[in-house]
Amino acid sequence: MNKLRLIARLDVKNEHVIKGIHLEGLRKVGDPVELAKKYYEDGVDEIVFMDAVASLYGRNNLFDIISRACEKVFIPITIGGGIRDLNDIELALKSGADKVAINTAAIRNNNLIKEASRIWGSQCIVGSIEAKFKAKGKWEAFVDNGREETGLDAVDWASKLVDLGVGELMVTSIDMEGTKKGFDIELLHKINNSVDVPVIAAGGYGRVNHIIDLYETSKISGVALASILHYSIDTCASIKHELNINDINVRVL
Amino acid sequence: MKKVAVIDYGLGNITSIMNSLNYLQASSFLTKDYDEIMMADALILPGVGAFKVGMANLEKFGLVQVIKDFVQTGKPFLGICLGMQMLFDESYEFGVTKGLGLIQGQVKELPVNDNSKLPHISWNEISESDLCLWKNTILDTGYKKDVYFVHSFVGIPLNERAILATSRYGDTLFCAAVKFNNVYGTQFHPEKSGKYGLDILNRFINS
Repeated sequence: MNKLRLIARLDVKNEHVIKGIHLEGLRKVGDPVELAKKYYEDGVDEIVFMDAVASLYGRNNLFDIISRACEKVFIPITIGGGIRDLNDIELALKSGADKVAINTAAIRNNNLIKEASRIWGSQCIVGSIEAKFKAKGKWEAFVDNGREETGLDAVDWASKLVDLGVGELMVTSIDMEGTKKGFDIELLHKINNSVDVPVIAAGGYGRVNHIIDLYETSKISGVALASILHYSIDTCASIKHELNINDINVRVL
Repeated sequence: MKKVAVIDYGLGNITSIMNSLNYLQASSFLTKDYDEIMMADALILPGVGAFKVGMANLEKFGLVQVIKDFVQTGKPFLGICLGMQMLFDESYEFGVTKGLGLIQGQVKELPVNDNSKLPHISWNEISESDLCLWKNTILDTGYKKDVYFVHSFVGIPLNERAILATSRYGDTLFCAAVKFNNVYGTQFHPEKSGKYGLDILNRFINS
């Protein structure tokens, strides 16, 4: 059985990791470099840094943080939030990131994904989808941290992103984000079934059972964890230990 | 201190490699200069991305010959991910492209016959193959942990004795590392595989 990846998601605003609910009401929870190092040493499989404000104010100050983190953290690192063009991607990769996650810019300019995956390979480009429940079986894709609607159906948009060349999808449920009430299983199932690239589930993790429930319907490739780690409610090592007991294969240190 | 040259050909996760070498306190430098490369104690060809672009860049910067000349000296050489794939004779990624021909064989898409997705992006175990033991190689770390893979294509050595390690994705067994004399290649990323990966790199630069 393939191994499920546990991914620590660090939303960064200025110099701090922040965390909100439904991507809003943000609170400072720590230093991004220190947290990244702590999760790395605790056995997390990947780290995703998201610039929480960049796409809204057109700022991007994450590269310096990434460079510092990459000197100490030897696992895959993704950077997202505010990636607008090929130049931003190049700077992100030069700072030490292995992949970039793109949402807003992909919607505004489909060509960006196409060009970027041709230059750096599709494994380098993660399509980031923020989805909000609309009606039974329907979700809409949002941009700017769940603030702006796009009119696009999230499941259709997922397939389109794969056609354009992303090598991976990170799907965040805005409805479940920060609630610790579990993943949007139906949304993730639908997207995971409709694409042939790995899917990362984000938004809603609260306890191990949420992963077990999700995994029963969808053999997703990874899950993103935030609140639970940032507030030290649980550790990566202990979550992995429990997953192993429940026959979900994960990497252990 | 060992001097480790990393080939600069405009592709790949160069920063990750340099960070890991710095962490291991190697005297490492990024270069495309013939003399600098030949003077190094060990040479690394990193790389992520497409085979065709990788080979085109090696040719554009005149790096094919220096790689072959370096390998001739018998000093340790390591290709990582795309850098490993380019060691082979040819690749079938987006049509047929000729490789460096340092390891006999071809590069083909990873066959997946269950519900596994591509690219293969995950941590995975590696296993010793019977025909090429790990003793005194870069994988002779004394312990074994998972390593990080991100790829859709795999190298298939003609000579099974060149297969240093295998791994499994879904139902598919594939070549995870190669060794031919002083030439090593890893399909996984040792620079992204935590402490275990660093130990592998450390064995390489001190081999």
